[in-house]
Amino acid sequence: MTAIETGRGRYAVQRGTRRSRRSLTAIAAGIVALAVAPFVLSSYAIDQLTELFLLALVAGMWNALAGYGGLISIGQQAFIGLGAYATIVLSHRGVPPYLAIVAAAVIGGVLAVPISLLVLRLRGGQFAIGTWVVAEVLALLIALDPSVGGGTGVSLTGLNVYPPADRQAYTYWLTLGFGVLLLGAIFALLRSSIGAGLQAIRDDEEAAASLGVRVYAGKRLLFVLASFGCAAAGALTLAKTLFIQPRSIFGLESTASMIFMVLVGGLGTFEGPLIGAIVFFAIQHWFADFGAWYLIGLGTTAVAFALFVPRGLWGWAEQRLHVQLFPVGHRLDVRAPDSDDRRSRPNADRSASRGRN
Amino acid sequence: MIWVSVVIQGVLLGAVYALFACGLSLMFGVMRIINLAHGDIAVVGAYLVWVVATRAGVSPFVAMVAVVPVMLVAGYGLHLALLRRSLAGGPLVPLLTTFGLAIVIQNVLQQVFSPDVRSLGAAAGRVTTASWRLTGELAISWFGIATLAMAVLLLGGLALFLRHTGLGREMRATAQDPDAAQLVGIDARAVYARATAVAVATAALAGAFLAIRSTFEPTSGPTQLIFAFEAVVIGGTGSLWGTLVGGIILGIAQTVGGHIDPQYSLLGGHLVFLAVLASPRSKTLAARTSRP
Repeated sequence: MTAIETGRGRYAVQRGTRRSRRSLTAIAAGIVALAVAPFVLSSYAIDQLTELFLLALVAGMWNALAGYGGLISIGQQAFIGLGAYATIVLSHRGVPPYLAIVAAAVIGGVLAVPISLLVLRLRGGQFAIGTWVVAEVLALLIALDPSVGGGTGVSLTGLNVYPPADRQAYTYWLTLGFGVLLLGAIFALLRSSIGAGLQAIRDDEEAAASLGVRVYAGKRLLFVLASFGCAAAGALTLAKTLFIQPRSIFGLESTASMIFMVLVGGLGTFEGPLIGAIVFFAIQHWFADFGAWYLIGLGTTAVAFALFVPRGLWGWAEQRLHVQLFPVGHRLDVRAPDSDDRRSRPNADRSASRGRN
Repeated sequence: MIWVSVVIQGVLLGAVYALFACGLSLMFGVMRIINLAHGDIAVVGAYLVWVVATRAGVSPFVAMVAVVPVMLVAGYGLHLALLRRSLAGGPLVPLLTTFGLAIVIQNVLQQVFSPDVRSLGAAAGRVTTASWRLTGELAISWFGIATLAMAVLLLGGLALFLRHTGLGREMRATAQDPDAAQLVGIDARAVYARATAVAVATAALAGAFLAIRSTFEPTSGPTQLIFAFEAVVIGGTGSLWGTLVGGIILGIAQTVGGHIDPQYSLLGGHLVFLAVLASPRSKTLAARTSRP
């Protein structure tokens, strides 16, 4: 924190508020609590929590791309499928399944480098469809390969050696681990100087480039990170369901749900995807049986949020309640000259933290 | 000789993709947005033609004459209701809203018309089955030629419209710089709405041609969107004639791939698209499209 004394008052640039520091401590405690959950909760609850973490993970990845890199991808299912099929291929070669999941995530991240060279030539809507074509090509190639089940699908058999309850707990821990690791990495990235550059790219690419931000490198970093996360999510989905088909794992539905979660939770806010994941999880639980009407509702809600609540539920709450759980930005703290009041004044706060975070 | 036939079939298939790509190319050229619901709007057009043709008992070609003006108005309304607001929200918002619209359209169609696969081929009569048999292996279908003629007429007509009419000049001016265009008295919002109207109407036409040529169902849209987009990129963005060429190249890539092995049909098209993307020429792509 840098404090500046002037005649009229004292100003300080802060990385967070006292409340956000407290909330970080609470979150650390929460993660520890979640880590011991398999010893306490039923296996059904663990299964549901795994599902929720997977949603939060992919939503966080999509938000990293769109909310910070300005890259709208509708092809993240490419990496979900890659992660799942890489796990299959590795376990066929005799790699222990849980190690195969971790390795598959790494493979997804590595393959994202050459793919990024292609798709990052495109911008805006072209990038969106370009990533989608990549996903289609991968699905078609895998459907051609009979050694991974072709179009009919394939099972992950290596996990049968574990009793179901153990398997659920291991998958849960691995999901929690990947979630904390990747969201933590994005948190750290956003607080670093690279993060400031990334947020500048999102706000105005040309202006950022003119100030010396390495736009292309920043975008590629986000793309690789998001691909790594999605590949991990795909591999973990396979560990959960034990069976995949190219048509469903490479389906557009997974990316559609990512878009929904991020739009509802808050595009470009760190907390948004987590909120969005909880909302989507609940909606899915209650309304998925309504079939087409359920999807019509999701689509309409997403459009309404994009138009009328562009920063989602979290952005809305942040603006009105001045709460911040994950301090990723800078805040200007203005204090009255003749008072030792430690609280920042909301007005100054809001004008200082223009933009997002 | 068989390869000549494969290439000719590819050209005829590509004409359908060029029809689809026409509206996408126009909207991208004028507004710099990609309408992710473009394919689904085309499928709506196909369903409307199907409804008119079966209810009124007329040929799908007659039904098209009734449906295209309706879609022209619907496109204008779509712009006013959704796209205008989206454009005001920044460059990413139109993508998000049209993606949401695509999901809504697919599921409404599913709800209204059931997920059954349909075709307008039978209703269109002899034109879909008739062909000129040039040699033993080489036959050219009448409908294929009609589609190609339609694509040339539509894309060529639109290119001439943009080049030589007052409204076309306004569209080109707005595409280059909407603010400057407004300074000289052009209502950019009206231009955008007109461009959307034309794009939606051509999409409906493309959907109807697809429905006569093969089959359609509520979820046919996304695939057609991908093909249309590939045609635009292969042909070079910003040129309507290029879009026609791009569609034809894509069509040939698919039929050649499909002739080697039916499973390679889609893959062939995608690989040509990725090759164009990877070629040094496309380095200029990003620069050209970065124009506001």
